[in-house]
Amino acid sequence: MNPLKKIFDNNEHLFTGSGKYKRLASLFDATKTFFFFPSPTTKIMPFIRDHLDLKRYMSFVLISLVPVLLFGIYNTGFQAGIASGEHLGLGSSFLAGAWVVLPIILVSYGVGFFWEILFATIRNHKISEGFLVTGMLFPLTLPPTIPLWQVALGISFGVVIGKEVFGGTGRNILNPALTARAFVFFSYPVSLSGNVWVANQNTVDGISGATALAITGGDGQTITQALSSAGFSLSDLFFGLVPGSIGETSALCCLLGVLFLIVTRIANHRIVLGGIAGLVVTAILFYLIPGGQESWANAGPLYHLCAGGFLFGICFMATDPVSAPGTHAGRWAFGFLIGFLTVTIRVVNPAFVEGTMLAILFMNVFAPLLDHMVIKYKTSKRIPNV
Amino acid sequence: MLKDKTHYMEILVKGIWKENPVAYQVLGICSALAVTVKMSTAIVMAVALTVVTAFSGMIISSLRKQIPSNIRIIVELAVIASLVIVTDEVLKAFFYDTSKQLSIFVGLIITNCIVLGRAEAFALANDPIDSFVDGIANGIGYGLILVFVAFLRELLGSGKIFGLAVIPQFIFEAGYQNMGLMVLAPGAFFIIGLLVWLKNSLPGISHEKK
Repeated sequence: MNPLKKIFDNNEHLFTGSGKYKRLASLFDATKTFFFFPSPTTKIMPFIRDHLDLKRYMSFVLISLVPVLLFGIYNTGFQAGIASGEHLGLGSSFLAGAWVVLPIILVSYGVGFFWEILFATIRNHKISEGFLVTGMLFPLTLPPTIPLWQVALGISFGVVIGKEVFGGTGRNILNPALTARAFVFFSYPVSLSGNVWVANQNTVDGISGATALAITGGDGQTITQALSSAGFSLSDLFFGLVPGSIGETSALCCLLGVLFLIVTRIANHRIVLGGIAGLVVTAILFYLIPGGQESWANAGPLYHLCAGGFLFGICFMATDPVSAPGTHAGRWAFGFLIGFLTVTIRVVNPAFVEGTMLAILFMNVFAPLLDHMVIKYKTSKRIPNV
Repeated sequence: MLKDKTHYMEILVKGIWKENPVAYQVLGICSALAVTVKMSTAIVMAVALTVVTAFSGMIISSLRKQIPSNIRIIVELAVIASLVIVTDEVLKAFFYDTSKQLSIFVGLIITNCIVLGRAEAFALANDPIDSFVDGIANGIGYGLILVFVAFLRELLGSGKIFGLAVIPQFIFEAGYQNMGLMVLAPGAFFIIGLLVWLKNSLPGISHEKK
């Protein structure tokens, strides 16, 4: 027998029935099913099986996040190198980045799992794998300079208020990772705006740590000229070698990740395509409005798509199956409105340079309403059977 | 016609804790969000509301047999409004700065659900002294929650208590920041929500069947 399985089997009696550690049964179960198939089997018909249980589902999302994560680590080191005046190679960038990024991820997972285990133990339900994704998404939306205690507070808020008060995984109306980010955003605005996007930035003065979205034209420059003179060419924004939140900078890696999710049918392509369509249409509309040469209104759809966190949000956050609508038409509308709101907030609201987080949270709240409207419409089209 | 002591104690306990207007009946939330950024405004507001609830309860209760039931809301509002105006004038005369900060919210005690709620639910059915005690109890219940929320909001949001900085400078230098969310209205929502959660999960208090 597999030696690992032996350990689990030999110790199982301690956690079940009247065993010594029966309060920790959920923890035992979570660890065991991490390696093996869950032991409860279906006792009555129908014996329909799907290999895609929640655990595989979540691990597929984690796999899709690997390119974003690796690139984020590399880019964090790379930007820190530029800020201190040297051009780091691949390996040293990676090391420097890992030194900054890994503590953030570790804190997020550690503190988040503490709450997850606490609630699972008190409420006597299973520890959900959903947190594996939340705990990874949240650090990726943060700037590399975020203080670790704010990461801990943020993930606590996201898990407890964003998820557990609604009853745990599958019942949350908001994306927990974004709830956590929104908490940090409104609680500690200093940590998430201004000059915070490049790590270890205290050696050379005069390096702007702003993100592309904070740039505006002026002095006769249009926004695109201002962007390229600040070092944000379209290709840089697409490949992601720019300052920004850890995971959001590279449009390419986000698209790779979401392609994997769509092919494995975990993310719904309607949300992603609807979102991109909404963003493009709205950006073109603002582009066509005369005036505003130096603001983001005139940046055009490609810049709006590649800059900021829109692609990361629409690919990994908006496609969260729990907080997104469940009907096809609802998903199209959900995505489209996220794109629309993102551009509108970026262009119209001077208080927020980036609108993706607010757009997705706002539409999360409206997701049940969209579903309700779609279902109402469909039933009204039915021939009454009386 | 004073009744025995335990009778009044019961009304007090009910208003302050068991059926706390904010944490159990979830009334008076608007003002609880608006005035709890600072401790000083919260305390003044709590006192003002206690006075209005107690005296309006007493007056309405003593008129309860004369008030025709189809115009009772108008009569109740007339009583409450007069008391609120008196309170507002007293605050303006003696606590001008605080009254400026409370601005419209003292005037809005008229529309505070707790005052009209106690008049409708209690004063119309009980004698004046009971109603007075009930008003005091509900005012204190409201005030306790308000002061607790304001304490957390002022401490976490601006690092102060009663306007005095209590968080030492070296903690800020170590990287501590004030929590901006607490200064915004949602901060009060979260605290009140968590308080209701805490109250309902305390053993022996919960009214829900487990």
